[in-house]
Amino acid sequence: MSDMNPASTPPTLYIEGPAFWTPTLPGWDAARAAFRGEGALADPPAKRPAPQVLAPAERRRAPDTVALALEVAAATMAASGRNAADVPCVFTSAHGDLSINDYMCGTLASDPKMLSPTKFHNSVHNAAVGYWTIGTGCMAASNAVSAYQHSLASGLLEAAVQSASDQEPVLLVGYDTPTVGALTSVTDSRGLLAVALVIAPAPTERTVAALQWSVLGGADAVPTATPPASDAAKSLAGINPMADALGLFESLARLGAGPSAPVDLPLSPTLSLRLQLQPLNRS
Amino acid sequence: MPSRIPPLQITAYTATSAVGVGKEALADALAQSRSGLRANDFGDAPLPTWIGRVEGVEDVRLPEALDQWDCRNNRLAYMGLQADGFMEAVAAAREKYGASRIALILGTSTASIGETELAYTQLDAEGRFPPNQRRAAVHTPHSLAMFTQELLGISGPSETISTACSSSAKVFASAERLIRLGLADAAVVGGADTLCGSVLFGFNSLELVSSEPCRPFDAARKGISLGEAAGFALVERVQSGAGAAPLRLLGYGEASDAHHMSTPHPEGLGAERALDEALARAGLAPDAIDYINMHGTASQKNDEVEGALVARRFPARTHASSTKGFMGHTLGAAGIVEAVISLLAIERGLMPGTVNTRSLDESFGPQIRLEPVRGEVRYALSNSFGFGGNNCSLVFGKAA
Repeated sequence: MSDMNPASTPPTLYIEGPAFWTPTLPGWDAARAAFRGEGALADPPAKRPAPQVLAPAERRRAPDTVALALEVAAATMAASGRNAADVPCVFTSAHGDLSINDYMCGTLASDPKMLSPTKFHNSVHNAAVGYWTIGTGCMAASNAVSAYQHSLASGLLEAAVQSASDQEPVLLVGYDTPTVGALTSVTDSRGLLAVALVIAPAPTERTVAALQWSVLGGADAVPTATPPASDAAKSLAGINPMADALGLFESLARLGAGPSAPVDLPLSPTLSLRLQLQPLNRS
Repeated sequence: MPSRIPPLQITAYTATSAVGVGKEALADALAQSRSGLRANDFGDAPLPTWIGRVEGVEDVRLPEALDQWDCRNNRLAYMGLQADGFMEAVAAAREKYGASRIALILGTSTASIGETELAYTQLDAEGRFPPNQRRAAVHTPHSLAMFTQELLGISGPSETISTACSSSAKVFASAERLIRLGLADAAVVGGADTLCGSVLFGFNSLELVSSEPCRPFDAARKGISLGEAAGFALVERVQSGAGAAPLRLLGYGEASDAHHMSTPHPEGLGAERALDEALARAGLAPDAIDYINMHGTASQKNDEVEGALVARRFPARTHASSTKGFMGHTLGAAGIVEAVISLLAIERGLMPGTVNTRSLDESFGPQIRLEPVRGEVRYALSNSFGFGGNNCSLVFGKAA
């Protein structure tokens, strides 16, 4: 039985500035082309990004999660034409920084008094969004979300709900990085992958798609994410929990090339988030 | 500035910390100014500091069907959820609305990292987790919420907010938005954080840990005392008739310092923005606030910045205190514990003091009080500030 309230269809939102980064598709232009079958994977793969938001010294020292998240966040803000200082942000990650967890737990097991204070303050789940707000001067609300295998959908829901209820644009960033050390025996995460976009309550010149969205429950829920269609996206399937975004970003890449099928993202074993994209018809 | 929001009803609430299990133990400690801090006895080589350790967490056994979730953080959560009839209140809401209409939004900073730390002392010859620790869903930030959702039998949208020490304050904001948009009819909010090596040795490495029980706003304060806690609230739209309850969430504000990862903005601009947004959503001016539960960690910088903010924005009559001296700084659980204290202040007319503090730093205003006072609390404000410059303020009240 579906006991979701049918009266709860939320308002249409608008997507700006999709951003994508993984070593084999280091940027939205490359990913968009590859998802449309018009481009190849980078060979050799790109090294980790060096986001300009950070001061040069911090850029070198930043954990992989921070470098990755800030790279896509900055790309999205540039594409949206908005000032990052004014835009509330929701960062989501299933695992946070696994290499810092490995360092912390390893050091605590061997010599706890040697724990690095910098690694400690970088170990908080909101480190990436913290560096983002510091780097951009953003004093708006910032959030760090996690929901294990459903982290991408949960972060997207948090951002969409905030945008719709407060009638303001919200930056969504999702990132995860490879497992490392002893965590390899328990945590399955095999690559760097980050995505970002701005979700806004009204269209602008930079809007790429209108977004209808709803939470499906009971028999209507779709338990798995819309699978990737292109060879490029298939090569990234399941590498980490952010790979749930592949169907959505393929749909964004193919906007205008015929009607879009809805994209489903599992929110839990019994709920899913349904996204329907429409290209904006500007007259 | 945000516009006013419709209030939410707080149907049930509870907290468990070093001063005891549930609301009665907490209210009693607040009324008696009795601190629950003790000399650090956590772990094999305890640092010379004081901690707010919850008695008996080691002896908690999860229900057999949920045994795979076993870890200190989930044990503490289970202990907390059984207090004050909270699980029964959630069961009633589940009957009323259906399981999928109840959201679950929990804040945590440590989650079950203590269990991951333990696994690192048990690695096999190949450096892998032993078989009983290969529980991927436990070694992840969302462990607490997945365990709690299964225990409570609810299945609405669920997420973990992990913004360090503001985590379980921000849960009220996310829940309010979900309910206002009609994506849920009720939400279980709250959080749990437990003592572990990461936080004890981590805050020690930042030289923020005091060698004595923490003394918030004291001229001679020497840093924080770490603690652990679990707390929960059930929120829904304002009800009438049999389902009505008097306490209200009136407003929240979330803002960022944009300054430094582990030091607050020197003028408290992020904290002030969170305060202004919370008051705007509640439709109140600062002079309406009767009680402020301050973040008040007893770190040099937090207290300096927050003390100045309260002094410049509130009248002298406002009663402000830090309750960190009762149970320590419970990090990701501090937001919900201090929300519960603010709700108790309204429900019982008890404004807590600032325990352990002997001599207030004279640079602060007259608002900060060391002794508890009885009197009507119509509106209470609770502040929570975290690493990364993450700030949240909450405003609570009661039915008119």
